[in-house]
Amino acid sequence: MTHTPLPITESPLSFASRLARWWRGGDAQPAKRVQFDRPLTPWVFLLPQLAVVVIFFYWPSVQAVTSSFYIEDPFGFGSTFVGLENYTEVLSNNEYRSTAGFTLFFGIVVTALSLGFGLLLAVKADKVIRGASAYKTVLISVYAIAPPVAALIGMMLFDMHIGPFTELAALFGYDLKVGVNYRDTVFALITIAVWKQIPYNFIFFLSGLQSVPVSVREAALIDARSGWRRFVDVTLPLLAPTAFFLLIINVTYALFDTFGIIDVIVKDKPANNPITLVYKVYLDGFKGNDIGSSSAQSVILMVLVTVLTVVQFRYLERRVHYG
Amino acid sequence: MFKSASFAALALTFTASAALAQTDITWWHGMGGRNGEVINEISQKFNESQQACHLTPVSKGTYEEALASGIAAFRSGEQPNILQVFDAGAATIINAKGATIPAEDLINGAGETFNRDDFINGVRHFYADSSGKFIGMPFNSSAPIMYINTEAFKKAGVEPPKTWEDFEKVAPKLKAAGYLPLTASQLTWMMVENFKSRNNQQFATNNNGYDAIQDTKLIVNDDAQVMMFDKLKEWADEGYYGFYGAGWGDNLKPFEEGKSAMWIGSSGSFGGLQKSATMAFSADFMPYWASLGEGKQSFIGGAALFAMAGKPDDQNKCTAQFFSFLTSPEIQVYWHENTGYVPVTTAAYELAKSQGYYEKNPVAEIGIKQLMLPGGAWTKGYRLGFYPQIRSVMEREFNKIFSGEETPKAAFDTIESEGNQLLARFAKTSS
Repeated sequence: MTHTPLPITESPLSFASRLARWWRGGDAQPAKRVQFDRPLTPWVFLLPQLAVVVIFFYWPSVQAVTSSFYIEDPFGFGSTFVGLENYTEVLSNNEYRSTAGFTLFFGIVVTALSLGFGLLLAVKADKVIRGASAYKTVLISVYAIAPPVAALIGMMLFDMHIGPFTELAALFGYDLKVGVNYRDTVFALITIAVWKQIPYNFIFFLSGLQSVPVSVREAALIDARSGWRRFVDVTLPLLAPTAFFLLIINVTYALFDTFGIIDVIVKDKPANNPITLVYKVYLDGFKGNDIGSSSAQSVILMVLVTVLTVVQFRYLERRVHYG
Repeated sequence: MFKSASFAALALTFTASAALAQTDITWWHGMGGRNGEVINEISQKFNESQQACHLTPVSKGTYEEALASGIAAFRSGEQPNILQVFDAGAATIINAKGATIPAEDLINGAGETFNRDDFINGVRHFYADSSGKFIGMPFNSSAPIMYINTEAFKKAGVEPPKTWEDFEKVAPKLKAAGYLPLTASQLTWMMVENFKSRNNQQFATNNNGYDAIQDTKLIVNDDAQVMMFDKLKEWADEGYYGFYGAGWGDNLKPFEEGKSAMWIGSSGSFGGLQKSATMAFSADFMPYWASLGEGKQSFIGGAALFAMAGKPDDQNKCTAQFFSFLTSPEIQVYWHENTGYVPVTTAAYELAKSQGYYEKNPVAEIGIKQLMLPGGAWTKGYRLGFYPQIRSVMEREFNKIFSGEETPKAAFDTIESEGNQLLARFAKTSS
């Protein structure tokens, strides 16, 4: 995440360059011009990447937007143009709203907890001298587990009949019923999602911490005796670029990459268990064969993600100081 | 890895050259585990039985994934010759006229013989149109039946119930003997769809949806249906019935472990239960309400095979040949005995009986016997669009019933209104 200005050729991309400048906060430095001898050369270099973006992003997006205005026979025989009906139906549906509410809650809690635990463990691991590598290896190893596998482990731990966590809860007189009780399922989902993401944050925070110069640490040691103060005033600001990067990654993770976990935990029958918006797109589109509604939902999601990205880069990144 | 890859490539070249003169057809299905293996075995038997056609079965995951893959493939012109579609997806594929060739037309067109009366009563209508013409070829068919923990009933000193009224009498005694009297998997299939069928209750307007797509409406918040769930909730509160969510296995587990006395499951669960159950068990028909009349046959569960349109004649001919092969008594019996699904033709049932299979495995006969019970006006099946989603709505509401958030009446009001919205949406897909 370095802040090297992108080489932007001014004329054909003027809108894009203005957009990029606006993204970066509007006050970008004048772009350094890199000149190619032939005007087509940069396009040749860009072509593979552009092809990937067009084929896997723009083309499907256009298709999704088109289908979102129709109610369509899954096999493609009949379709009725319904204008915005798919959107109004989705947005006025209580189930969709509560799914959106849960997605928001889930995103915030999972991001906060996995960042928090990751940072805590990194700070503590940074101080460990004896057996440091063993400690780190154990923490990082969880990262190698794929989300569905993590969920499978979680599912066994939380199983209604034989799960150790269920038995643990029973010791305290609580009847844990993951899959039946909404709140219990929320708890299980968050636990698994956070557990899976901590090592990722841990690795980045740890390397961030290790790149804090010794001289700065020593200088801080003279200024403040309280470890907490040193952490808040010196270490944390220096970690900000890492933290910002992780924030974006974690939000994306919580909103999208938890799909595998949810799929395993609800055993592809969500009933009234919590699911995220992405999972609902999948359910209605692939299992329900309702292409119109599913497309409308994915367009809504696309808009939300765009807004979120703009907000993150425009408002949050300004506060990040890249060393 | 490399070794096996190159070996596979070599094998492919071999079969490709051997099959040069043959017509290749493909079959996409949604079965895994032992059932998937039996599909491979049957395909192999077909390939060995004749020279002209070569069938390749491909597992596409679950039923839903098989249907979704089939749809995606059809839209890009890459459809298989045969697609397996499950009961709840029947309306989706049958209403897409032009996606399939009706099984009956296919078989007659290829010069093979086809007779509707060869099939047992319970499978004749589910995948047929309202005139009775077979659109899909009934394949893996099952019925919801009641499995019985024999030891539990011996301990409690009672007889397994035939009706739900009987159940209310024996449940307290089973509970006193230390058992959870009842668990049931997939309440949508058992306590709604087959509640309708066993008790001969109308499920939807327009002749359960067979006559038209337009204006078809669910009938689920009627007194009888709500009563079934009022009772289930009451039984759950008294400890006579255990509800463990929408997952199939979660509701089966207490029975496997010998903790519950009865489990309503699929006749197709028989093979698996023989391995997993820790106690002796038997089975009987799924109970009905004596107060609603005589118990009728149940809806067929499972899936059917559809011949996809847009294929050349020689391939369609092979598909027709395979359909005939599949319904031959020997293959039906082989499938029946290896998977637990019921045979779909009377001849196959008679063959299994004459071989003495049911004397050794009386449980295996329950499903087919239940499907051969007398039918009624509302036992033929249902044809409802976006039905997998309607099932999801039901599952959501059932969780709310048993967690006490909602009364059964309120839950079924929601199911009816949301279900009708989905049906109205589906009606717009075909105009």
